[in-house]
Amino acid sequence: MISANAVTKRYPQGIEALKEISFEIEDGEMVFITGHSGAGKSTLFRLLAAVERPTSGSIAVNGQNIAALRRGAIPYLRRKLGLIFQDQKLLFDRSVLDNVLLPLSIVGLPAREAIRRARAALDKVGLLDRERAQPIALSGGEQQRLAIARAVVNRPSLLLADEPTANLDSESASQILDIFRSFHQVGVTLVVATHDAQWMARFSPRVLRLERGRLLGDPA
Amino acid sequence: MSGSGMSGFFPQHYAAQKSAVRRLLSSPLNTLLSLVVIGAALALPAAGWVMLDKLQGFAGQVSGVQQISVFMATDAGKEEAAEIESRLRQANPGQWRFVAREEALKSLEETEGMADVAAGLAKNPLPDAFVVEAGDRGPETLEKLAETFKSWPAVAHVQLDSAWSRRLDAFLRIGALAVSLLAALFAGALVAVTFNTIRLQILAQAAEIEVSRLIGATDAFIRRPFQYFGALQGALGGLFALSLVAGIGLALAAPARELLALYGVAFTPGGPTLPQAAAIVGVGAALGWLGAQISVSIYLRRVG
Repeated sequence: MISANAVTKRYPQGIEALKEISFEIEDGEMVFITGHSGAGKSTLFRLLAAVERPTSGSIAVNGQNIAALRRGAIPYLRRKLGLIFQDQKLLFDRSVLDNVLLPLSIVGLPAREAIRRARAALDKVGLLDRERAQPIALSGGEQQRLAIARAVVNRPSLLLADEPTANLDSESASQILDIFRSFHQVGVTLVVATHDAQWMARFSPRVLRLERGRLLGDPA
Repeated sequence: MSGSGMSGFFPQHYAAQKSAVRRLLSSPLNTLLSLVVIGAALALPAAGWVMLDKLQGFAGQVSGVQQISVFMATDAGKEEAAEIESRLRQANPGQWRFVAREEALKSLEETEGMADVAAGLAKNPLPDAFVVEAGDRGPETLEKLAETFKSWPAVAHVQLDSAWSRRLDAFLRIGALAVSLLAALFAGALVAVTFNTIRLQILAQAAEIEVSRLIGATDAFIRRPFQYFGALQGALGGLFALSLVAGIGLALAAPARELLALYGVAFTPGGPTLPQAAAIVGVGAALGWLGAQISVSIYLRRVG
């Protein structure tokens, strides 16, 4: 599903965010990327989502090398991913339902089918009764669940989440964990960047630990 | 099935069109101001074009009955006239007719205000003449014909009535050039106006664009609603320009007809024809589309 080979990301100021990272993630795996802030978690997330390209090395997602991807091919790669951003990137000018409809309108699904799928996604994250609400009226945990619903509405086989429980109280975080587990159980590959210890305790998952751009102890 | 079928086949285009209309209606004052600017920018070259087109049609009409008058010497007799006639038959410059000197005098007598003059004449001073209608030939051809006629025996004078039509021709050419330059200038202005309108919209929707791209929107998807918006705004601006041009045409029609009647010319200025109207609206739409296209493309390239 994901194959990284000697990936280095250097920013113009000479900062090396990632240094010679190599790892493999199989289909259906659940992998956590941990490390202090500034360790390179978000950089790795941005590379996997093809927001940025590696300075050197290759990183393949769904068999496509991000480093060599044509600009025009990036949207089609992203449609196969579910992306959950640290800052959620919800649109506050439209309802909860319309936020979830956005990915479906991008792929051109007919309205009736799109609404059916969007409601199913909202149902999975427990927000079906809030579909008419404005995102600003949702709690922090609800906003994060809305972001998850938008990420999974296209039924991606790979879900990437950057700090999905940052700034959430433990009960809200716990709900998010349960939702992720249910996706993992139906075979979705899950890659979560987090420094939240709760995850480790709950799942004892495979962990990729980053420290100053280098990969430490990958047990796999 | 037809309505839902359309939205099923092209849901993205349908959604983009709906969003464009919604944006136009959501800020009526801005929309109105933009339409006034676009309409005014289109109206000037459009009015010039419509008028020029009418004048060109008119000029074509009058040059279609271009005449060359060939006057014989007053002492020329029937034999000389017959000689010219046979030469004309050979040269075949178009239609011609012979005006005998007696006939010319008679028509002079019948002309208002000239009867006294004609009556006071001791003898007929008028020559025999041929009036040649050379068809719709160019001014150069006519001039050459006139030169030829002049060289024939017993021809005293050849009069070509093309000088003023050449002047009109030159005037129309300058007019066409001026309208083209004006059109280019205002087309640029229209593209710029749309560019700026779209730029402001993009800034207002930067969040939506960013999120859409992150979750798999193509550049074409991002551009589409703006392109429809630009085209729609341009087309509406074109309609506004059209009403201005039609209004100007209507306002000018009566005085222009009176003025031209003084020169003995029957000519109705009038408004744009249907194909012209379609072209003005179409050009407005195309330029609006172009402005939107440029605006979104620049933005997308900048954000990478």
